[in-house]
Amino acid sequence: MKAIWIYEKKLQYPVRVSKCDPRLAKMLIEQYGGADGELSAALRYLNQRYSIPDKVIGLLTDIGTEEFAHLEMIATMVYKLTKDATPEQLRAAGLADHYVNHSHALFYHDAAGNPWTATYIQAKGDPIADLYEDIAAEEKARATYQWIIDNTDDPDIVDSLRFLREREVVHSLRFREAVEILKEYNHTKKVF
Amino acid sequence: MSTVERTPSQWRVYRSYHSPFDPCPPRTRYFNVPPNVLQPFQTSARKQFAPHEALRKGTLWPEYFSPYPPEARGGEAE
Repeated sequence: MKAIWIYEKKLQYPVRVSKCDPRLAKMLIEQYGGADGELSAALRYLNQRYSIPDKVIGLLTDIGTEEFAHLEMIATMVYKLTKDATPEQLRAAGLADHYVNHSHALFYHDAAGNPWTATYIQAKGDPIADLYEDIAAEEKARATYQWIIDNTDDPDIVDSLRFLREREVVHSLRFREAVEILKEYNHTKKVF
Repeated sequence: MSTVERTPSQWRVYRSYHSPFDPCPPRTRYFNVPPNVLQPFQTSARKQFAPHEALRKGTLWPEYFSPYPPEARGGEAE
């Protein structure tokens, strides 16, 4: 398998943060290093490609790559919300324990501070089991975005989060289609 | 016991048992059934958003657009 990535030095979708609210960074980090976050998604899909039927490999490459683009958007949001915050402001936002270990750096952990772990993801080697996990992961990420949106009134960040939530809907759709393709794998009509 | 009501939107409404001794006022609950669940396979020749609008919305297809937060969840404000 040949994989080539092209890096474009811009975000997939603009990220604007208009309200100084470091508290929101603590919630957003769930989508950075949480179980259903973008890092988990990217690593899960790109790793599953090697043992999945050929017809689905390209889909996993596309979506896995896009998850890294989403990861960068989340990182940008967290960075903007925290880069100018004083230790006092971070403490008030519940980020004192983050600060003593990482200062203003980002790190892969969830909103409760649990570090990212490969046990969040799976590659079972069974195409149906793996795709069903992927569908579940997209629905869980969609729900996470809903609960984050419910916790902010910053219209600019909500705009970016709504875009990310819609992408989860589209990814789930495409994984569901992949399952349908695999159901028909042995008697597909080939139309070119 | 709880029942789930269907609404014309992508939102479903349900209520759970509320005891007279429950400490907090009852809360109507909502969950989202996004369009990928109802129509998990794309058909051909569908309507499309204009390219720029599609880039902003996150999908090319109006029938797969799932707005959030909803203007009203099942006709009620939360």
